[in-house]
Amino acid sequence: MSDIQQTARQLHDQFSEHLDVDVEEIAERLEQYVEEYKIPLNEARRSVESHYLEEAGLERDELGRGGNPTVQAADVDAPDEWVDITAKVVELWEPRSDSVAQVGLLGDESGTIKFTKWAASDLDELEEGQVYRLGNVVTDEYQGRYSVKLNRTTTITEVDEDIEVGDDETTVEGALVDIQSGSGLIKRCPEENCTRVLQNGRCSEHGEVEGEFDLRIKGVLDDGAEVHEIILNEEATTDLTGVTLEEAKQQAMDALDTTVVADDMRETLLGRYYRVTGPTLGRYVLANEIEELTEQVDGEAVLIKARSM
Amino acid sequence: MSSDAPTREVARRVFADEFNDATFTFKESDDERAPLYSLLPTGERANRVFLVGTLTETEDVGEDSEYWRGRVVDPTGTFFVYAGQYQPDAASALRELETPAYVAIVGKPRTYETEDGSVNVSVRPESITEVDTATRDRWVVETAEATLDRIEAFDDEGNEYARRAEEEYDLPLRRYKQAAVDALESLDETEEAVADA
Repeated sequence: MSDIQQTARQLHDQFSEHLDVDVEEIAERLEQYVEEYKIPLNEARRSVESHYLEEAGLERDELGRGGNPTVQAADVDAPDEWVDITAKVVELWEPRSDSVAQVGLLGDESGTIKFTKWAASDLDELEEGQVYRLGNVVTDEYQGRYSVKLNRTTTITEVDEDIEVGDDETTVEGALVDIQSGSGLIKRCPEENCTRVLQNGRCSEHGEVEGEFDLRIKGVLDDGAEVHEIILNEEATTDLTGVTLEEAKQQAMDALDTTVVADDMRETLLGRYYRVTGPTLGRYVLANEIEELTEQVDGEAVLIKARSM
Repeated sequence: MSSDAPTREVARRVFADEFNDATFTFKESDDERAPLYSLLPTGERANRVFLVGTLTETEDVGEDSEYWRGRVVDPTGTFFVYAGQYQPDAASALRELETPAYVAIVGKPRTYETEDGSVNVSVRPESITEVDTATRDRWVVETAEATLDRIEAFDDEGNEYARRAEEEYDLPLRRYKQAAVDALESLDETEEAVADA
């Protein structure tokens, strides 16, 4: 989205309670200032704002910022805050409880965030793929992951515009300083929708079950200043180690012990440097890609710095 | 993040020369299980370290049970690494590795007082693995940079651990800076030697 569109939308949000004006009209006005008269965007914004203030018979300080701060999906970092958000419904999920009317994923340029709409709030139905402006939603947090909750006071406005949803992938680098328990060849609960890792053949939810084998690594990357916990699924683990799930099962069978798989991984992977890219989930980075940093490092830049100190 | 899970201690990068000078240890609270930190002379606390160097010697110095000592050499000095029955993986690595070899070690700083009253600093390893030259070179550059960053921030207002280092030690920062420079230059030499060969 262009800067003009973005500014137009912000102005629209500020004035929507006072004036019947649409985003296109505001954008046209801004465009005229910026393109025809070559006025910087922030000046243009001020002029357009003044124009509408006059039209609405308002003073600048009466306008405020539309009440709540407008946030981006990836910027939500605290629970219990009242915010506005303009985002696309990326996915709708099956609600697990009757008290939830709709649940799913909202996305904007910055990334995605989960949303919940309560049945009791009695709000309009949201459609997948549609962009909405949601006024007065509340942020929430569960196990380090943020979401927004729609409530009785939430306003839902369809926005006639598409948003390209950004991915919230991060890239982290560092030495692999730990491969944690629960890595290597593990067993998961086979019950539907339960993928919990079994402890001594038991699922914390379903008790003793016949587990299904899986391969993964839970590791810690450390760059000397920060630590990042990473999770490699079966595919990423095989990519990195060259060991497939079948081969891991064979190793475990030969040794009559599943822990040999993780022990082997520790021996070959620990103490080396890696770069991991993937989305974050709570405190974990889910490694879509992992590569060892093998290129020769150049000490020259550090030497230059040292000599200048 | 408002997670209540205890945060994992970061592994500091420090050359042997400075590490062995870090004889002062402390805790941040009175809790018996509070983490123990060693105070680095360049003004940082270290509960964990990550180091890469050449394992030059291993020896079982235990009397009743196995207790392995390894000497790990970096461009500035020697780390002493001790692993016994409570560090079985590290102990077996020291037992089995052929010297010399490049190794990467994650571990905790430990200090003990000798009979003559001086304090020795060593590493209690969590893991020891064999690595290649590229990993070792990367560590040297990274550690030089971390050392220089600490020295640069030493006089910053509110640098709590630097003020503590000033109180506890009488050590010239210049020496650690020179050690970092020497370490980086030693990399150049090995590269040139390889290029000349």
